[in-house]
Amino acid sequence: MSAADSHPTARVPRAVRHPALTAFLRDPAAMTGLVLLVLVTVLALLAPWVYPGDPLAMVARPLLWPGESWAHPLGSDSMGRDVLAGIAHGARISLLVGLVAAVLSLAIGVLVGALGGYFGGWLDDVLVRMTELFQTVPSFLLVIVLVTIGRPSASVVVFAIGLASWPVIARLVRAEFRSLREREFVLAARAQGYGHARIIASEILPNAAPPVIVTTSVLVATAILMESALSFLGLSDPNVVSWGRMVGEGREFLRTAWFLSAAPGVAILLSVMALNLVGDGLNDALNPRLRR
Amino acid sequence: MKTSGPLLDVRGLNVSFESAAGRQQAVRGLGFSISEGESLALVGESGCGKSTAALALMRLLPDSASCTGHIQFAGRKLPDLSPAEMRALRGRSLSMIFQEPMSSLNPVHRVGDQIVEVLRAHEALSRQAARRRAMELLDRVQIAEPDRRFDDYPHQLSGGQRQRVMIAIAIACGPRLLIADEPTTALDVTVQAQILALLDGLRRELRMALLLITHDLGVVAEYADRVLVMLDGSSVEEADTQRLFEAPAHWYSHQLLGASLHCHPVTLAPVRRIAQVPGSGVGQPGCAPLLEADQLVVSYDRTRSARTNAVDHVSFAIGAGETLGLIGESGCGKSTLARALLRLIPLGSGRLCFDGQDVGTLPERALGAFRQRIQMVFQDPYGSLNPRQSVGRILDTVLRVHQHGDAGQRTAHIDSLIERVGLPADSRRRHPNEFSGGQRQRIAIARALLLKPSLLVLDEPVSALDVSIQAQIIDLLLELKRDLGLAYLFISHDLAVVRRVSDRVVVMRDGRFVETGANPDIWEAPAHSYTQSLIAAMPRVRWRVSTADQSAAVTPPST
Repeated sequence: MSAADSHPTARVPRAVRHPALTAFLRDPAAMTGLVLLVLVTVLALLAPWVYPGDPLAMVARPLLWPGESWAHPLGSDSMGRDVLAGIAHGARISLLVGLVAAVLSLAIGVLVGALGGYFGGWLDDVLVRMTELFQTVPSFLLVIVLVTIGRPSASVVVFAIGLASWPVIARLVRAEFRSLREREFVLAARAQGYGHARIIASEILPNAAPPVIVTTSVLVATAILMESALSFLGLSDPNVVSWGRMVGEGREFLRTAWFLSAAPGVAILLSVMALNLVGDGLNDALNPRLRR
Repeated sequence: MKTSGPLLDVRGLNVSFESAAGRQQAVRGLGFSISEGESLALVGESGCGKSTAALALMRLLPDSASCTGHIQFAGRKLPDLSPAEMRALRGRSLSMIFQEPMSSLNPVHRVGDQIVEVLRAHEALSRQAARRRAMELLDRVQIAEPDRRFDDYPHQLSGGQRQRVMIAIAIACGPRLLIADEPTTALDVTVQAQILALLDGLRRELRMALLLITHDLGVVAEYADRVLVMLDGSSVEEADTQRLFEAPAHWYSHQLLGASLHCHPVTLAPVRRIAQVPGSGVGQPGCAPLLEADQLVVSYDRTRSARTNAVDHVSFAIGAGETLGLIGESGCGKSTLARALLRLIPLGSGRLCFDGQDVGTLPERALGAFRQRIQMVFQDPYGSLNPRQSVGRILDTVLRVHQHGDAGQRTAHIDSLIERVGLPADSRRRHPNEFSGGQRQRIAIARALLLKPSLLVLDEPVSALDVSIQAQIIDLLLELKRDLGLAYLFISHDLAVVRRVSDRVVVMRDGRFVETGANPDIWEAPAHSYTQSLIAAMPRVRWRVSTADQSAAVTPPST
């Protein structure tokens, strides 16, 4: 440092290495969400070892109540299938659908939003009209239509949910790009002769990331809910156990064996809540103005 | 109500903020007093705690701040007042105006109604009576046609008019103390002089005390009775204005005075003129021009049908190794011109030649070689560096894009430039937010120099910096110019800065060049009336600043 710049007021304290991470770890709500999410993930990963074999196999006396038999701690359904095994295996499909669908909509949304927001002009007009087209159709109806056209398999469900939820990301990314492209560091990059691809990918995108990350966490939660709703309606792969389907099947025994719907329902509730808490925590942590 | 002693008495004021990095002390043991009708200037550079101290007086600090100390105003201890009593005091006998007239007025309300609102909040007035008073106030702050302006929205007024409205609101209830926090920093020079004269006139007329917060010593010289110099949250010197200018006691006051370019009167002999040192053989002024613009027009759509010329048939040339200073007030088209010269925005018509080649019509793809030779430094060192990349990455990308050598050569080149612009050796691994404003501007300058350009377009390169840092950056620019034989287009609204660096000066107004002249002739015999008004508006010091004997009693402590 030149002697001149070591002027007393010009000295800036070296910033904490990862202020956002520190803020996130200090937020009790976000940590609760993170712990829940880790638990669900561990459950999903361990399912094939803890409950080897088909979770749809009939292994116990039908309609065992929770706690009645230690071999089946959450009881069994009307066909003698273990509820806990179903929840453990259901976690796999819920998380998988949530993540893959979110990644798919993220890919489409970022591409559409970045191109439209950066270049503007006729390209932006076309892309915005396309986004609006998807937004005006109720997304759940769109998913149902897509799933009923195709075969009800996990990949079709993922594809349908991804295709229905990208407009949110596209609009967000477009708005971020429109304001960031006017910033002087982008102008400076252009003055240095950088190409469009480099400016989009390495100058603007990292600066647009925080709100997109936050929205994605909520998007995963929404995708899990959509998948559950689809399975509840019986529109999912009949050979795969899923939380939504367990809630749907337990519906008929709501008065006699409420736990059949309640247990998977609580699983959905906790995972979605965990994702929302993580999303809120990320929002606070990544926004320097809210960080205290 | 007559009280004995000073109107405002502050003793042992401490303000600290709770942040993720721990507790930060913004004001330390500050003490001062203001008598009725007196004007005190609080001077210091950004971050020294002067605005925080003002907010503490108004009890308007955010919740994360904690404040202790003795504040007595008109015989009452402010920290002991209830929130309701404090509200009654604010705007009535204790008023404040802020730096940004753009954001301190509510954009959805008519300006007249905003004055009426203050009047009716503090006094039992009918709507009609309040309206009449508001008209009088608009007249008093010298707004032309107050009855027409009354129904205007803030966006329909100019920056200066908005600040006048803010002043009208502040003096509406006849305050005994007006706090003006950098009231003219966001305004153009000519407007700045008018607003300061208005504040001073109102102070005498209404016999109110004025606490003027500023970083600009030129302002202080004309309008303050006493000056309090702040550094790092505490007061380092308090003195009568004249005494401070003639014989500053503290090294920091001295440094501020030395750094303030306004303190060297325009009519005296030139300041240091490093600018006239010829370039090192790259080319001499007078040869074929490096950059030549002929009848250049840049226009933009104002509405769907009408187009406005932001740059209107402008012609000029810059020789190799020459510095052309460009002066103009905000909105005159100087930044638009700068961006057009680099082909960052489309040219409307006209010819643009660089080193004999017509670059105005080249397609975007063919601009690579041109962009290596003409580079730009922007005004805002906070906005022009990508906050997510380390300094090393920011600089390295430039070299990679233009394929300059392997990783080792690039790093060596970057390190040598980092050293050349006076940055710490470990800068490469750090991010822009870890640097001060002046250091960031050094990074921006290093980035512009990486490709060894022949022309640097400097768009208000020091306007966002504190005065002492301004002087350092200008010195660096002059030094680089001398060593590397660079040509500069130096754009600024600040005459003192342009005067310091330029060989020739052009004055721009409403998209056109109104006058061109050599430095310093243009200051001594300005031909155009607009140039004359710009020069007349410069803040000036009435006393001779002691520049001799820099070392006695004024050496900074070795830290």
